[in-house]
Amino acid sequence: MRRDIFQAIADPTRRAIIALIALQAMTPNAIAYNFNTTRQAVSKHLRILTECELVKQKQNGREIYYSLEIDKMKEIDKWLEQYRKIWENRFNQLDNLLSTIKKNKK
Amino acid sequence: MNLLFDFTVDESTNSILITREFDAELSLVWDAFTKQEILDQWWAPKPLISKTKVMNFEVGGRRFYSMVWPEGQEYWGVEKYTLINPKTNIKLLASFTDKDENINAELPTSEWELNFSEQNARPDDPVGWGITKVSIVVKNKTLADIEMIIQMGFKEGFTMTLNELENLLSTLNK
Repeated sequence: MRRDIFQAIADPTRRAIIALIALQAMTPNAIAYNFNTTRQAVSKHLRILTECELVKQKQNGREIYYSLEIDKMKEIDKWLEQYRKIWENRFNQLDNLLSTIKKNKK
Repeated sequence: MNLLFDFTVDESTNSILITREFDAELSLVWDAFTKQEILDQWWAPKPLISKTKVMNFEVGGRRFYSMVWPEGQEYWGVEKYTLINPKTNIKLLASFTDKDENINAELPTSEWELNFSEQNARPDDPVGWGITKVSIVVKNKTLADIEMIIQMGFKEGFTMTLNELENLLSTLNK
């Protein structure tokens, strides 16, 4: 099942996991060690992040290492950048309008 | 003139925070946000046109408006005012509707707060134009709602991107 990318980052623990594995690939045990939580809980979060394709797994011996899909994170930025653009253009239009009104008043 | 523009998403409060300064006095900027004849001139990103059908700017009142494409396609929305402090702040609930003002329950309703403040008013200048700062918080129930709102915005944003590309291409061709 493919999940919503914003659902992935909606949870504070998942955001913390993202921040953690952005620095280096980690095993679920190592991630759980960093939080006050169980390995099971971490596995659940990792599963959601994997379903959103925000993290990738790599088998190394008996351990599975999780790391961040940087490109997928950039996708979120792109969405926001588009929205930011809308506001930027809208405000530029207001700038022009305000200066016209001011000129007419003078 | 370097005017502040700040756009951030606060994931912990499911909010979009937008701050912008304008080179104009507070009362003028306030009018631009609260008078339909001015609002309609800038609210819709080109080439869309904003058309306010009903607007009673008072607590309990609303603005029912549409965003119209040059091809005629329309998107409708309503903003219900829940708090108004003249030239200071406005709170409203923004929803997507159909053309008969029925709220689309499948799309998120967001809580808006707009704060206005004037900086560097110039009393020595006979015209006295200051810089007005507007801070907007768009609060949503979930982050997924933000994505949905952005998707709605996309329908507008995509066109603008195309326009910009066109401009860029014409510059490059020169």
